Amino acid sequence: MRNGHRLLRTLAASLTVALLAAACSSSGGGGSTGGTKNRKVPNVPMAKSLGAGEGEVNLVAWAGYVEDGSDDKKIDWVTPFTKQTGCKVNVKIGNTSDEMVQLMRSGQYDGVSASGDATLRLIYGGDVAPVNTSLVPNYKTISSFLKNGNWNSVNGQMYGIPHGWGANLLMWDPSKVSGNLDSWSAVFDDAGKYKGKVTAYDSPIYIADAALYLMKTKPDLKIKDPYSLTSKQLDAAVALLKKQKANLSEYWSDFSKEAQSFESGTSEVGTSWQIIANTINGAGKTTVKTTLPKEGATGWSDTWMISSKAQHPNCTYKWMDWITSPDVNAQVAEYFGEAPAQTKACSHTADKNFCTTYHALDANYAKQIHYWTTPQKQCVDGSGNDCTDYSTWTRKWQEIKG
Amino acid sequence: MAGDQGLTLTTAPAGTAPTGDDLGRRGALSAFFAYKRRTRLALLLGPPVFWLVIAYLGAIAALLLSSLWSIDGFTEKVVHSYGTGNLHTVFTDATFRAVTVRTLGIALLVTVVDAVIAFPMAFYMSVVASPRLRRILVVLVLTPLWASYLVKAYAWRVLLAPDGPVASVFGGTPGYGRTALVLTLAYLWLPYMVIPIYAGFEKLPRSLFEASSDLGAPPGRTVRSVVLPLVFPAIAAGSIFTFSLTLGDYIAVNIIDSKTQMLGNVIYGQLITANNQPLAAALSIIPLLAIVLYLAAMSRTGALDNV
Repeated sequence: MRNGHRLLRTLAASLTVALLAAACSSSGGGGSTGGTKNRKVPNVPMAKSLGAGEGEVNLVAWAGYVEDGSDDKKIDWVTPFTKQTGCKVNVKIGNTSDEMVQLMRSGQYDGVSASGDATLRLIYGGDVAPVNTSLVPNYKTISSFLKNGNWNSVNGQMYGIPHGWGANLLMWDPSKVSGNLDSWSAVFDDAGKYKGKVTAYDSPIYIADAALYLMKTKPDLKIKDPYSLTSKQLDAAVALLKKQKANLSEYWSDFSKEAQSFESGTSEVGTSWQIIANTINGAGKTTVKTTLPKEGATGWSDTWMISSKAQHPNCTYKWMDWITSPDVNAQVAEYFGEAPAQTKACSHTADKNFCTTYHALDANYAKQIHYWTTPQKQCVDGSGNDCTDYSTWTRKWQEIKG
Repeated sequence: MAGDQGLTLTTAPAGTAPTGDDLGRRGALSAFFAYKRRTRLALLLGPPVFWLVIAYLGAIAALLLSSLWSIDGFTEKVVHSYGTGNLHTVFTDATFRAVTVRTLGIALLVTVVDAVIAFPMAFYMSVVASPRLRRILVVLVLTPLWASYLVKAYAWRVLLAPDGPVASVFGGTPGYGRTALVLTLAYLWLPYMVIPIYAGFEKLPRSLFEASSDLGAPPGRTVRSVVLPLVFPAIAAGSIFTFSLTLGDYIAVNIIDSKTQMLGNVIYGQLITANNQPLAAALSIIPLLAIVLYLAAMSRTGALDNV
């Protein structure tokens, strides 16, 4: 054992010395390199025609997008797909956009239901291929305001098929919060009123919510787009979020935790999704209200993309067409609680008012939503190349959480 | 027993009569190994050495190496050029420093809480309880290890809810904060502290208690001057588990105290959220270093002599 001690001590000592030397001799800075020049999209070939299915397809998806009846016997749009096309569907659930990017980088998957804060990373990383929309017949009737967005296309070339969208809403418990809220000030400037009862989304992308609020309330900051922030604008958003933290009950990142947080009375007001509100109101422990505040909101628009290394491209194309077909898109949208991308889906929903509730065909409502987009050095709104990128946002987010 | 079984392997399985051919082949094989001691040794030690050197130390070496790489700001792909920028960031950034201090603090606190709870528990189990009760208690202590970590963490979320069982029994709850986090982690790792201390008590000769009281020491004095010094290495051994397990935790934090970041959260954030593997690797050197130093400190108490 004596030898063991010596070994340990030597190990500890050498590790310490090596690290100190490394830390002291550093040239400083470090971290990221490059990125200021205009970046080219990697040249990935696009499918020209489709052949027979390969018998299988491997997908990465948000929970609730690829249901084969194993969660709920009545919820199944995978089995009919397999029956019709002969493509067996294997799905891997991604919990966050970041996880999805990681999974797609592994090259083991054919397709992904990517949100806008993942799409550009995948496109510029060469992990996904451009999509030949003429091979997806259902693409024609997708809502036009979802086509050629700056989160799903580059230079007019679509990189996927829009699937569904929704807004991050302001939610509150009317039994504890009086009046009808109509502004995000409830979670920012006026958050002190609900001290210790405010909840916020636990992701660097939530910085955009603060930026959107500042865009409407502090015009002298000249924020034009909540995802294109100069370092000065980013600092202002970060300062707002640090102030907000003092009033928070907790951060949430998963669905069930947010629901439990409101049901138990831990949180009374904060950002949420329509599906979470539906879940809480459905369970009946407490009732919550939601609104799209007057400042507008951040939100998501999900796109089915195909991997540049897809082993089963034909089945993936068949899946993209299947999931955006009117009947299936209606089922997914109702199950997940978001607006369907397919305009014809609205006549197939079980709840005839569904598309009205979710403003599915309302281009003006959709315009108020600033879809999650990956912040980049080269500003995503095209205003220049002095913006802050996602890794800077992540560092700032860790700084906010302290 | 394991040794015996190893020897019986060379004899034929019961019920099948060995044919002459079989025996001949086996005989040749044994003869071969009998003369090639080095080959035998290589076959015996090869797999574990491979595991230790390649898989285990190799992984750590890869980690250290990748901490010297950097990342392309746009595509977020790793650039394989060497520099110490990440290490510099890790050791100078104020946020990372605050998180490190907090994590070490929480790990030490959890360890102390566990030691304080586990000591009397283990004492009772080993010294006071009847052999039958002792067996039941050991099983009870180990039972929670069968349940999933996530279930247990979420269970504490439910327990500590403002309208939860803790609130209705005690008239209040610490809420989802630092106290709740320490409680949850202390609960999660308690068996890892109880079992080593229990084993330490088992090795303690009972005659020492009698000797101590014969010499006029009251029970408190016996515990302080006789039991504690002799059991201390066992406590130190248990503390290695509670300390290192807390140091690496990041899931319970998210569930119970999401306003707090521990080292694990920061590493996860850099690796998964920011996709900055080199910085994540550089950050994970902190817990590695902390554990090496902690092990070195504990080895002085003799904690490692018995594990």
